[in-house]
Amino acid sequence: MTERNLSPRTMIENVSRRRFLQVGLAGGVFVLAAKVAPDAMHLVALADEPSAPAPLQPSLWMSIAQDGTVTIVAHRSEMGCGSRTALPLIVADELDADWSKVTIDQAIGDPRYGEQDTDGSHSVRSSFELMRQIGGAGRAMLIAAAAEQWNVPAAQCSTEPHFVVHKKTGRKLGYGALAASAAKLPVPKVEDLKLKDRSEWRYIGKESNSLFDLSDIVTGKAIFGMDATMPGMVYASIEHPPVLGQKIVSFDDKETLKVPGVQKTLTLETVTPPHLFKPLGGVAVIGDSTWATFKGRKALNIQWGPSDNSSYNSAEFRKTLEATSLKPGKLVRNVGDVDAVFAKGGKVMEAEYYTPHLAHASMETPVAVVEYKDGKVLAWAPTQNPQAVQETLSNVLGIKKEDVICHVTLLGGGFGRKSKPDQVAEAAVLSKQLGKPVKVVWSREDDIKFDYFHSTAAMYMKAAIGPKGLPTAWLMRTVYPPIASTFDPASKYADDEMGLGWNNLPFDIPNQRSENGPADYHVRIGWLRSVANIYHSFAINSFADELAHNAQKDPVEYLLELVGPPRIVKLDLKGDEAEDDKTYPVDTARVRRVVEMVAEQSKWAKQKKMAGHGFGIAAHRSFLTYVATVVEVEVDHKGQVTIPNVWTAVDAGTIVSPDNIRNQFEGAAVFGTSLALFSEITATNGMINQSNFNDYKLTRINNAPRHIDVQIVKSDKPPAGVGEPGVPPFAPALYNAVFAATGKRVRELPLSRTKLV
Amino acid sequence: MVRFKVNGKEQSFDGDPEMPLLWYLRDVAGLTGTKFGCGVALCGACTVHQDGKAIRSCITQMQDVNGAEIVTIEGITPTHPVQKAWMEIRVPQCGYCQTGQIMQAIALLKDNKQPSDKDIDTAMAGNICRCGTYTRIRAAIHQAAKELA
Repeated sequence: MTERNLSPRTMIENVSRRRFLQVGLAGGVFVLAAKVAPDAMHLVALADEPSAPAPLQPSLWMSIAQDGTVTIVAHRSEMGCGSRTALPLIVADELDADWSKVTIDQAIGDPRYGEQDTDGSHSVRSSFELMRQIGGAGRAMLIAAAAEQWNVPAAQCSTEPHFVVHKKTGRKLGYGALAASAAKLPVPKVEDLKLKDRSEWRYIGKESNSLFDLSDIVTGKAIFGMDATMPGMVYASIEHPPVLGQKIVSFDDKETLKVPGVQKTLTLETVTPPHLFKPLGGVAVIGDSTWATFKGRKALNIQWGPSDNSSYNSAEFRKTLEATSLKPGKLVRNVGDVDAVFAKGGKVMEAEYYTPHLAHASMETPVAVVEYKDGKVLAWAPTQNPQAVQETLSNVLGIKKEDVICHVTLLGGGFGRKSKPDQVAEAAVLSKQLGKPVKVVWSREDDIKFDYFHSTAAMYMKAAIGPKGLPTAWLMRTVYPPIASTFDPASKYADDEMGLGWNNLPFDIPNQRSENGPADYHVRIGWLRSVANIYHSFAINSFADELAHNAQKDPVEYLLELVGPPRIVKLDLKGDEAEDDKTYPVDTARVRRVVEMVAEQSKWAKQKKMAGHGFGIAAHRSFLTYVATVVEVEVDHKGQVTIPNVWTAVDAGTIVSPDNIRNQFEGAAVFGTSLALFSEITATNGMINQSNFNDYKLTRINNAPRHIDVQIVKSDKPPAGVGEPGVPPFAPALYNAVFAATGKRVRELPLSRTKLV
Repeated sequence: MVRFKVNGKEQSFDGDPEMPLLWYLRDVAGLTGTKFGCGVALCGACTVHQDGKAIRSCITQMQDVNGAEIVTIEGITPTHPVQKAWMEIRVPQCGYCQTGQIMQAIALLKDNKQPSDKDIDTAMAGNICRCGTYTRIRAAIHQAAKELA
């Protein structure tokens, strides 16, 4: 029972995991569950448990029906990064299943899956071993069942896709035929599992992998959040407060109610800090089609009250950030003594960098369908984090988390925006008031104006230049309203973002100091694909290039000198970062490898200097993945920039789907082009100035990089991340190329703000 | 009353004549393969064919489709060489914009059997893909053109 078998309009009525389980067990299938506990994982064969037919057991991960159909649960969301395919592929590999007989069941939000937030580029790395164990346990049980039937030692049996084989006698039994007897066997302990050697993997790391939903996507059958419906639902579109925190003084909906299809209007309480994922407030127009509600909104006349955030002018705010960046901030990392070096005098270089707010602008705007009934909620949403939906709706409605069932559709892009389910909360609140299911649809203008914005940021960099032009001291300071402000309005420091390229510089400089200055927020701040790495990498890689040119050295050679010899960089980290550092230490050999590789790909050393033509390099490790990018630009006599080529080298450790990874990094170059060349969110008197793709510009096919070459390092290191790490090196590589082409050093994003000619 | 065809079937509509075809297709007819992206013809996610030409259904009002033949992604059967190329080159990431991209590409190849890179860029510049699959889109259109030749 998967979404793909059902038409869009019947899906919500008919799909039920409960029914799936009951029907499944009655049919004698083999259902394997893994309960994820914080410290340990236990595998349980549900069929063995007397309580198995309980109404809901969402911890089930994998089942095999008697017809051989293998159903694997995807507990992560699909927003275009491939998680929904990659995780089941890992299970299927260890199970030795025939991928064509696998269907995927998208998990609802439930803590029994462990953490389900599809962001931070961590779906594969966080679940890699668990997925292997689930598949491996299933395979062991199928082998045991066959061995019992044949009365031979299990050790004599092996598998080929979807069959257990006894080589000696040439006998084989299909997984479907074995399912019922396998289900009666004890589940092996995790420590007893014999997982495949990586040389035996059929799917992990193979070129043949493609997205599970590929065919549904190209035929229009794929169900995104925008496509979800519920019987009896009404549509809602909400006029949000133009400035964060404004309350409704009065409103007139007379003209709105005359619009054909509009049923009524409802008000939503204006959000107060902490903003969390609570509804923003405003006036909701309810109607019988999306169009009726959009049209009805245009006829609303609302008087808004004051808000402290009305003072927010991003141009002024920039000056505040920049001023703060010139003052000492909170210490983030210290090596040696930069002040002592600076005090000695000698050549010093300084530079300031600035990056604006950005909006996520996924092609699918925020949308959700929610039914509130008798204190319980059923939601369908394109969410990166269904457990955040449970928590948010529980808080907003005052009901138990367990009483929020959140189904996850495909996401039409996410980029971090869809980890924040404020639109689901809006639909829930409205459904409660209306007593029927509600579909909330955000317009593009809503999406751009009322985002959880990527922070605007100012960076100050200072280096003491020693012999050979290499820095003997390096000071870097970063200032921006932190993401934490969304959760705690008193937060002024970006402690959580420091791991995103600010406390782990892989440069071999004896004296280093990195700092973070305080900043207030005036709009909701959120995380956007690669987050603070965007501005951190921009400042670090731009400044490195400035130093290279100052030293009159080749930027690639200089970068390698900055990185220094192969070593593990000693870091002073805490908590999760310290844990990560044990498995994924910052390894300069890996930084060097991607830099050398991309230099080779781009034939860096052989490129000839031409006027209006340049190459730039940047390298950045983020989400535990090492990336180096070379961008080639042409700048014409009008200052118009085109990008003939991009080369990227990636070391993401062990990988699952190489072609998807290339697609992710190709996409990152395009995403990077948008933010490097065009995109910018500004505010005047607390209101966002941009509204749609006319003024929030994104890369199109005619101004995207023409060719993008992605090479992946072959590695057996633990898997890292692939969704985000392509973004951070792109903008600085492009800007360094612009400098090479024009001699102009631009220190702010986007490039469209600067006249090159 | 507006009368028109959608994917070969006769339809009629007597609701708000200003309703964009997009919302008729999605909310009234239940054909959700055509996507909402911007509402003002800036992104191409809503692209369908009207009398064989690619149009933006988000700005095409119902009163303007009287007598028209509309084809949506659901009406592209059997699988079109453009769709096959999209699968072989593994173009999509999230996939949301891809039905609009495909409808635009099919219309392009109807008029131009062997489009150059520049022709493709001109024809496809109205279709945004935030995931950034443009180089694959270009490659897939070239591949489909070969198959159609």
